Amino acid sequence: MKKVVNNVDQVVEEMLDGIVTAHSDSIKRIDNTTVLVRQDAPIKGKVGLVSGGGSGHEPAHAGYIGQGMLDAAVVGEVFTSPTPDQVYEAIKAVDSGEGVLLIIKNYTGDVMNFEMAAELAEVEGINVEKVIVDDDVAVEDSTFTTGRRGIAGTVFVHKVAGAIAESGASLTEVRAAAEKVIANVRSMGVALSACTVPAAGKSSFALDDNEMEIGIGIHGESGIERVPLQSADKIVERLLNQITADIDYQDSEVAVMVNGMGATPEMELYIVYRHVAKLLAEKGITIYNKWVGEYMTALEMSGFSITLLKVDDQLKDGLNAISQAKAFRV
Amino acid sequence: MIILTVEQTKQWMQEIQKRMEANKEQLTALDQAIGDGDHGINMARGFNEVVNKIDDTEYDSVADVLKSAAMTLTAKVGGASGPLYGTAFLKMSMALQDKEVNQQNFKEAIDAALAGIKMRGNAEFGEKTMYDVWYQVAEFLASENVEDWEEMIEACQATIEDTREMVATKGRASYLKERTLGHVDPGSMSSFYIFEALVAVIEVGN
Ligand SMILES: Nc1ncnc2c1ncn2[C@@H]1O[C@H](COP(=O)(O)OP(=O)(O)OP(=O)(O)O)[C@@H](O)[C@H]1O
Ligand SMILES: [Mg+2]
Repeated sequence: MKKVVNNVDQVVEEMLDGIVTAHSDSIKRIDNTTVLVRQDAPIKGKVGLVSGGGSGHEPAHAGYIGQGMLDAAVVGEVFTSPTPDQVYEAIKAVDSGEGVLLIIKNYTGDVMNFEMAAELAEVEGINVEKVIVDDDVAVEDSTFTTGRRGIAGTVFVHKVAGAIAESGASLTEVRAAAEKVIANVRSMGVALSACTVPAAGKSSFALDDNEMEIGIGIHGESGIERVPLQSADKIVERLLNQITADIDYQDSEVAVMVNGMGATPEMELYIVYRHVAKLLAEKGITIYNKWVGEYMTALEMSGFSITLLKVDDQLKDGLNAISQAKAFRV
Repeated sequence: MIILTVEQTKQWMQEIQKRMEANKEQLTALDQAIGDGDHGINMARGFNEVVNKIDDTEYDSVADVLKSAAMTLTAKVGGASGPLYGTAFLKMSMALQDKEVNQQNFKEAIDAALAGIKMRGNAEFGEKTMYDVWYQVAEFLASENVEDWEEMIEACQATIEDTREMVATKGRASYLKERTLGHVDPGSMSSFYIFEALVAVIEVGN
């Protein structure tokens, strides 16, 4: 393992330190926690938005803190969901009396820890609602299993819910908008190489030069299938076909996200985007807006994911609204 | 017959901590195969904190030690295993409130823990999770007077091997479906260490 670190057990702590040092104008850390919040939280009259998860997905989730997006990000150990007490601190810090929406990615750990925090907050009389993002079409949608993972599509949920909350909407309305995004967003990813959790010291799997993992999540895990490496266009075709088969995109407008997993050069992400645009045009799907870059990563994994969000007027407004979040300025 | 005293319960936690620390890499490697590679790190961090906490505290009852462990695990582990083990130990503590720990009461505590794991994680027996091992332990304790606690370890060992042949349908491993075949479930393995540690302190105590 070769990493720019001081002590593998301190990576999260030192990253948090770095973030608040760099962005003290907009972000503060709640003392003795791993919770980062908007400098001006809680914001009077506004529903609070809390997201979070393990570390290693940077710029998620702290990069989405700011006017028009999140009020707080709860930061866990690398790839490990944060604990209920930390999430609870975040809820308390952002509640202005209008209630708090938890944006949770569908992982057993995240769901359990955030739900336990919501229970704690409810005891204190804070109004808490939650939404669970499950945009990864690589995983079968089933009520008997854990279900689909939440991946890069979560960023669109942050954006739209953030915009609606900023407009002064009620908790019920903010939640409904977030649910609408979740119902209309789908993603899928691929990895060309794995990543190494600092404290583990070894990478989670090894891929030969001519192999790739299709259908990966954002935790450096294997995907659903290991296949021979193909050209960018072929990979894009495979991912897009699976995404567009999942819900009806016919004649619709979409927001596109081509998301790098941490070690894929922008050059390659644009090679991907180029073919996404071409294929969508062939399928009669109009691109309303696009984001190409790193939004939801898995440390230094190489690979990318594609996300399509089918938009209507409300979602368009949500995407277009001002955002001061440092990783998603609009 | 009392099978666990306050002192033995503290030792139980210490014995767990030793095993989690010693097998940190093994647990993480199991989780790298079918999860996200944090299980050993999570368990070692959690039980190190538990031992730090209980070493400095005086307890009146076994229930109090278990409660302390539960709170610490819930607050320090995170992931799926934090809430699951936190809930398991909390339910045991609640079941043992104001009771001495004989086999009957301990069995009821394990039943409560099992129900707690199920309540949080929704898993059934045979889904390749830690639930399988706790289920096996509950089954084992249901059989009359235990004389040889080593048999409990054997039962757990068999269950761990069984998880190797299962396709995961709960937790992170479920994403890999058939690719989970041939791999032992990391949470079942860490649960094994919890019960191996228990037997070590019960045997020493008697
Ligand atoms: N629904 C469930 N019910 C019971 N046990 C579960 C469930 N989901 C996962 N587990 C157990 O948890 C273990 C994984 O724990 P671990 O500490 O690695 O958390 P994690 O799943 O990686 O969490 P996170 O996604 O937040 O990192 C599995 O091996 C399994 O035994
Ligand atoms: Mg794990």
